[in-house]
Amino acid sequence: MNSIKQTLPRAVLLLLLCTVVCGVLYTGVVTAAAQIFFKDTANGSIIEVNGKKYGSELLAQEYTDEAHMWGRIMNLDTATFKDENGTPLLYAAPSNLSPASEEYKALIAERTEKTRNANPDMKDAPIPVDLVTVSGSGLDPHISPAAASYQVARLAKANDMTEKEINDIISKCTTKKLLGVFGEETVNVLKVNLMLDGIL
Amino acid sequence: MMLAVLQYALYILLLIAAAIPLGAYIGKVMNGEKCLLTKLCTPCEKAVYKLMRVKSDEQMTAKKYTVSVVVFLAVGFVVLFLLQLLQGVLPLNPQGLSGVKWDLAFNTAVSFVTNTNWQTYSGESTLSYLTQALGLTVQNFVSAATGIAVLFALIRGFLKVKSTGLGSFWVDITRIMLYILLPLNIIISLCLVGGGVVQSVKPYEKVDLLEPVTILSESGTEIITQQIVPLGAAASQIAIKQTGTNGGGFFGANSAHPLENPNAVTNLIEMLSILLIPASLCFTFGRNVKNKKQGYAIFAAMLICLIASLSVIAVNEHLATPQLAQAGSVDISAVNQAGGNMEGKEARFGIASSATWAAFTTAASSGSVNSMHDSYTPFGGMMTMLLIQLGEVVFGGVGNGLYGMLAFAILTVFIAGLMVGRTPEFLGKKIEPFEMKWAVLVCLATPAAILIGSGIAAAVPEVAQSLKNGGAHGFSEMLYAFSSAGGNNGSAFAGFNANTVFLNISLGISMLFARFLPIVGTLAIAGSLAGKKKIATTAGTLSTTNGLFVFLLIFVVLLIGALSFFPALALGPIAEFFGSIS
Repeated sequence: MNSIKQTLPRAVLLLLLCTVVCGVLYTGVVTAAAQIFFKDTANGSIIEVNGKKYGSELLAQEYTDEAHMWGRIMNLDTATFKDENGTPLLYAAPSNLSPASEEYKALIAERTEKTRNANPDMKDAPIPVDLVTVSGSGLDPHISPAAASYQVARLAKANDMTEKEINDIISKCTTKKLLGVFGEETVNVLKVNLMLDGIL
Repeated sequence: MMLAVLQYALYILLLIAAAIPLGAYIGKVMNGEKCLLTKLCTPCEKAVYKLMRVKSDEQMTAKKYTVSVVVFLAVGFVVLFLLQLLQGVLPLNPQGLSGVKWDLAFNTAVSFVTNTNWQTYSGESTLSYLTQALGLTVQNFVSAATGIAVLFALIRGFLKVKSTGLGSFWVDITRIMLYILLPLNIIISLCLVGGGVVQSVKPYEKVDLLEPVTILSESGTEIITQQIVPLGAAASQIAIKQTGTNGGGFFGANSAHPLENPNAVTNLIEMLSILLIPASLCFTFGRNVKNKKQGYAIFAAMLICLIASLSVIAVNEHLATPQLAQAGSVDISAVNQAGGNMEGKEARFGIASSATWAAFTTAASSGSVNSMHDSYTPFGGMMTMLLIQLGEVVFGGVGNGLYGMLAFAILTVFIAGLMVGRTPEFLGKKIEPFEMKWAVLVCLATPAAILIGSGIAAAVPEVAQSLKNGGAHGFSEMLYAFSSAGGNNGSAFAGFNANTVFLNISLGISMLFARFLPIVGTLAIAGSLAGKKKIATTAGTLSTTNGLFVFLLIFVVLLIGALSFFPALALGPIAEFFGSIS
């Protein structure tokens, strides 16, 4: 008991010091540096054109229009966030489904069918896996180059453009692997769609 | 495919390349030798000691050291618990979030002071900026520092001869914070901010959707035209969450969230940070007990287990499942895409960066994720679970991974000693019944917490409602939850809804048990070893640095870890696998 009495004030003091140093100073310094040097990305990489905020480069939106490139399947969450008027705001979550169950098999079959019907030019070509799966965050803003190529014919027709024009847009929105090795090559879906709409 | 293999190999090599110099640096810091930051930090250090009225050469007994650890953690718990309950009336809460419910606040407070960082909430919709910065960020730091401090007390136990002092807990924490964790995390968080991670105290952004979404609601249909972009002081917390093997995500989706881990650069930094300190400490250990080979031997045992389990995860995730492949209708090849099992994985990480992260995070007791383990293939998911169940000793958490592994090493020399009929000794200290008793308790703390916890939970009817998937996979979700809590890991098969009163409390108790028993045991062993004399190495001494010892050590870890869990795993992932191919 005696040793606890000795220890307690020191423990409280040390935690207080740590709170000031790590909670206030450390967090504050990093926030200040971020707001000075990396203002855009530190505040959510918002794409703003002529005062209108078209979304975050890093957060997926759901696209079902034939003239837009489709992204990963989204598991929409419209219950968590609401604006001041109580209107739901879009967010998303991962599926957390096991990829080895019979229900999952049926779900993927359904998505495969839907994707195939939307892209008649691709006939029976296998569908890139990114287009029928939900991502880890549910908000994945990217798809693979294979998943982008799969949609080129449809996008060209729907937008009255040549396939080359579509491919040019895709390559403008493609990020290569880091140093050619790390991570994967990706296409940013929102950017492609903003370019298709002539906004970017 | 070759490129994927190269990627795996480079991740491991980069880790080793970074761990060796950091290990030497940490060793210097803890011995009080001169190092890079001595000039800068010494004045701060002295000021802290003066303020706290601590003598820098104080020597605590094992008991005093233990009491200091426990009291320090208890104070941290109380503060974090209250911060959450009261956040609704405290400042820096632009979203106007209300106070956290008591059972969730208890679970979260326990989770962060025990370095588990199990989360049954989503940060962006539950915790205010104030709670995140003053509560969670701080506990991320101090719980990590505590783990390292206890390890150093144990190292001193091996070094000291006929003495009772294990160093001062206050001095250890101060030095670890000032010389190691703060500078390292300032560098890493600045790199992350530069890489594009969010760091802001502004309110969340609202942006317009390109295509409005129509949803069904109680009042008919509703059209959603805006999306939310959550913000916060994320990068600074993510840095310590990774380096301190804490793992608690700033956002609910953890490092799979694009604002928390936006690209390959940030992913590389965050992923290597998970194992950086745990791997370094092996080298620090070898250096400071003046037996570098011992450090290498322990490192080798851990690395072999890591590579083996990473291989199993990687192969299974690349192969995916027949349910996903749809007899060839879905393209899972690695041409122009990552391919494989992309359910629950981000396109920018693909399979290689996700599988490596999964192995790293469950080997270390980190628990941060960049892909959803619930959606792994049966065997891929099983390996992540098994790595946790081995007792978090394959690198493990900062400090606690290595002291856990040293308890296994003590067990190993004892078993080996029995086989050849010699008195077991380790690093020149005789291993006697007192050390053995505590080493066994340290080694069994994790299996006991997991098996007893999940056994009780399986018998409680309401737990079944928390499962997302049915059948064998549902059982895996529950087993994973208790493994995660009992292994102080914190990752989840996240379909499992653990935010119920019963689960918040029972998982909280598992975490406390699995964190404190090993700390108490390790310090008891340290105290006892410090009091012993040093025995000279002779030709008859069993070598603890050769290949045979490494093999034996791995064998003992597997024997205790894997065999304890085989029956449970057979009911979960193994049953699921055979179900999926039939």
